[in-house]
Amino acid sequence: MSISRADVVHVAKLARLELTEEEIEQFTGQLSDILDHAARIRELDTEDVAPTAHPLPLANVMREDEPGPTLDREAFLSQAPACEDGYVRVPRILDESGGGPGGGS
Amino acid sequence: MTPRATDIAAAVRAGGTTASEVVEAALERIEAGDDEISAFLRVTPDHARSRAREVDAAVEAGRDPGPLAGVPVGMKDVLCTEGVETTCGSRILAGWHPPYTATAVARLEAAGAVMVGKTNMDEFAMGSSNENSAFGPARNPCDTERVPGGSSGGSAAAVAAGFVPVALGSDTGGSIRQPASLCGIVGMKPTYGRVSRYGLVAFASSLDQVGPMTTNVADAALVYGAIAGPDALDATSIPDTPPDVTAELERGLEGMTFGVIEELSRGDAFEPAVIAAFERTLSAIEAAGGRVVEVSLPSAPHALSAYYLIAPAEASSNLARFDGMRYGLRVEGESAEDTNRRTREAGFGDEVKRRIMLGTYALSAGYYDAYYAKAQKVRSLVIRDFAAAYADADVLCSPTSPSVAFRLGERSHDPLAMDQSDLCTIPTNLAGHPGISVWCGDDAAGLPIGFQILAPALEEARLFRAAAGVEAELGTRAVGGGGEP
Amino acid sequence: MTAPPPDTIRGADGVEYEAVIGLEVHAELRTRTKMFSGAPNAFGGAPNVNIDPTSLGLPGSLPVLNRRAVGLAIRFGLAVGSTIQRAIFHRKNYFYPDMPKDFQISQYDEPICAGGEIEAIDDAGGLHTVRLVRAHLEEDTGKLVHRGGGGRIHEADSSLVDYNRAGVPLLEIVSEPDIRSPAQARAYVNELRAILRELDVSDVKMEEGSLRVDANISVRAVGDTRLGTRAEIKNMNSVRSLQRALEFEFERQVRICAARGEVVQETRHWNEEDGQTHSMRSKEEAFDYRYFPEPDLVPIVPDPAWVEEIRAGLPELLPARRVQAVCGTHGVSADLVMSVVYTPGLADWVDAEVAAGADAGRAYVWASQEVLAHMNETGTAVSGLRIPARAFVELTELTRDGTLSSKLAKQVLRAVLDSGRSPREVVEEEGLAQISDSGELEGIVAGVLDSNPEAVEKYRAGEEKVIGFLVGQVMKATQGKANPGQVNEILRARIGS
Repeated sequence: MSISRADVVHVAKLARLELTEEEIEQFTGQLSDILDHAARIRELDTEDVAPTAHPLPLANVMREDEPGPTLDREAFLSQAPACEDGYVRVPRILDESGGGPGGGS
Repeated sequence: MTPRATDIAAAVRAGGTTASEVVEAALERIEAGDDEISAFLRVTPDHARSRAREVDAAVEAGRDPGPLAGVPVGMKDVLCTEGVETTCGSRILAGWHPPYTATAVARLEAAGAVMVGKTNMDEFAMGSSNENSAFGPARNPCDTERVPGGSSGGSAAAVAAGFVPVALGSDTGGSIRQPASLCGIVGMKPTYGRVSRYGLVAFASSLDQVGPMTTNVADAALVYGAIAGPDALDATSIPDTPPDVTAELERGLEGMTFGVIEELSRGDAFEPAVIAAFERTLSAIEAAGGRVVEVSLPSAPHALSAYYLIAPAEASSNLARFDGMRYGLRVEGESAEDTNRRTREAGFGDEVKRRIMLGTYALSAGYYDAYYAKAQKVRSLVIRDFAAAYADADVLCSPTSPSVAFRLGERSHDPLAMDQSDLCTIPTNLAGHPGISVWCGDDAAGLPIGFQILAPALEEARLFRAAAGVEAELGTRAVGGGGEP
Repeated sequence: MTAPPPDTIRGADGVEYEAVIGLEVHAELRTRTKMFSGAPNAFGGAPNVNIDPTSLGLPGSLPVLNRRAVGLAIRFGLAVGSTIQRAIFHRKNYFYPDMPKDFQISQYDEPICAGGEIEAIDDAGGLHTVRLVRAHLEEDTGKLVHRGGGGRIHEADSSLVDYNRAGVPLLEIVSEPDIRSPAQARAYVNELRAILRELDVSDVKMEEGSLRVDANISVRAVGDTRLGTRAEIKNMNSVRSLQRALEFEFERQVRICAARGEVVQETRHWNEEDGQTHSMRSKEEAFDYRYFPEPDLVPIVPDPAWVEEIRAGLPELLPARRVQAVCGTHGVSADLVMSVVYTPGLADWVDAEVAAGADAGRAYVWASQEVLAHMNETGTAVSGLRIPARAFVELTELTRDGTLSSKLAKQVLRAVLDSGRSPREVVEEEGLAQISDSGELEGIVAGVLDSNPEAVEKYRAGEEKVIGFLVGQVMKATQGKANPGQVNEILRARIGS
């Protein structure tokens, strides 16, 4: 089970990594090796096995709807690469499809 | 050589010494020795001195500053510390000052401990050698040409060099136990959920756990007692009160059964010296009244594969937020999207990128079932196998690492060989069980070897009893280049 | 009310097309705090103040689920007949600057509410059932302000991000594609809003964004059972723009199909100004959210006792059924009753008056006309009305005993709403009682006849409708207080003889 150069380029896009040509070459080889190794688990019979997403058998851990401490805005914005009028400033966004669930732009 | 944390705390509480004196001495040792070791990414003398004064003021006022009074501690740089730069060993977080403190750190300081600095680590806790730190590798105090292990290599080195008696590490696939083994100290991973992860920058959320790294088992128990327990800020935290493990330390090995995990104790991957030290330890256990049996964990060989799908998958999502928008590095591009890509390309190191790529791939459309979902099923098999093994033994054991500390650069170009370092430690993380590594001897070159003990979930009491029993037979390894214990 | 457009459109190819519409509604839940942390859930105010490490997704922060948010989701689910089930959270991974973690915590294949249905009522009072796929919990994102450029995102020079809204709890309600026209879509959303408001689950203010609607629409020839390629429409800020956007899109897709073209599967943006939908620029990378179970949260296994406790607090009837019940029992037209039932708290007030003796038919008419007009003019909610208890009971009595004509009753009600006095007080203090005293009326009628001899002539010449003019003159002379029936009688008796 190997990974192609095209796969690597596609995955880099999904992961928002601007890989160099060199890195693409390197990762194509390394990821193939790792995946070949990982693919051994496919030999295992897991027909009747339920997946474990989590090692704990906990459920229903909830908090009451009580306000907690808020963070001082300056403590947040002082760490931001750019801010303006109390907002975080980011470069122009090309992708129009975000803007929040059910949101427009 | 540094005194034990238990002795320091006792002396500070009794007024025999002051926290300020203890902390000053630790700062001096770091100042004198850390240029060579690079155990710390940054030392926090101002913070340490002011904390020490608080502890001393409490003693003077007749208040108890807590069971770790005046104990200097190194915090792995993956734990958030309010107002103190926290980088996770990554360029992408260089200069970030978190506005809040991790629960484990806050609890340790509330128990009287004093943070003296943030320790070096593999970037975002990904690695087994500390060579993935963006700020240069930490070195093994036992041989500075060798790695201290990872990812909590800085914490292990800080303790092994005698700079501090206690450090906190984090363990996702062995990142506390493996460096503890390679540096000849004690490293303990609690049951998943026992110590709050709030403020621990996530690598793989379903595997990460904070734990103590110390020179001896009693100190580890003391630190465990201070940091363990439910936390309303972590929904995966175990609601039960943790056991009083210090009560277990003197009980001895009489009547305890140790199950040797066949798949994690034999084979070509293991150096002969490691196997020899392991066998000697088993004999010592039997001599002390313990019983040794063989158990099997048939899925263990697959645990490594499952881990290398699950951990990167979770990491690929956890590390998405480092996008150059809100904090940390921003490499300005023509657009937000371009800025994301440039920032991440410049800010992440090779290993982190490799794991993000691997994890993204494992989760992507068309591959999820074959990789991620399958790995989660293997995880169930591992848990099932552990349950069967514990039917025959109270605790399980294996060498902590198949090899002693390797040379810097020796494995850094071979991701697969590097992964083998975690062979023995990974299955426990998948199951969420507790584990500990104690020193069990050196090889001919004087490099330390670790003995790993595992216990079922929530059974830290049993784990500490076994570890203290083994330590009573084998002793602890001298730290900081001092004399034999 | 404008006539609803026909439910089908005949294309240029002569084929009759129908729309197939499914809606995804996001409702912000009425909680005090965010979905996964204690930062306030509050609208408006300065940017970046309702924040904490978790709602900002700072490294090391962790989510802890808000119990009230879960309770509200269950409350909605029970009200619409969903199955309340074990649920887990997933991470939906995609990069966007308003999303602090670059993933959204949402529910995927195990939502808290599965199935259910909503009965929407049309203007004529008929019910149309829309099945629900699911309703699930998720967190909201921050808000963006775009700077410079032509107002569209990618033309802006830069964007400013406010994370106040990030982490606000949302209930996403997904319908089956059971809606067949833009008008039905409007009716569905109106009913859904009324339900959410009635249950106190959400504020449902579309203009403030506490309720947001995305629409999936495709078209097909009537009789065809296959689904066509759909487009997703975003950015409708009112129920009216939802209907307009769908009408536009319906026609656009019919034009394409009639010309044997292909509808493109895409997301389209509704522009309120030009009244059109526009194709949106989307991600360069393929659409791949890489969902996986959120490891920082544990499953929700709804405790049956809790679910039953929530069920016990549900209203008896959902709004559409309530409209039907009132129409059926009291013979009031559906649109009047709907306007009352869809106004929060109003129908409860009216029903209490009816229970105390008010005439139901009149009460719904008064509420839908005078009371709603007053609320709209003054911007008052039902809770802020100064109308005293039993006002409708008194009005009913005053109308029944002839003290007030129906017109006067409305005038009195206006005064009641303005002043907070009871109807009887208004009638007494302003002398608004109907004049039914025949002696007094005889005199006034005589005066009117004397000053309008031409009209009297015309009537006698057979122009009967002149009587209306004369009645009007009497009403004018009495400031509308004369009993119109009596005036009519007296007039006819006088001129006719």
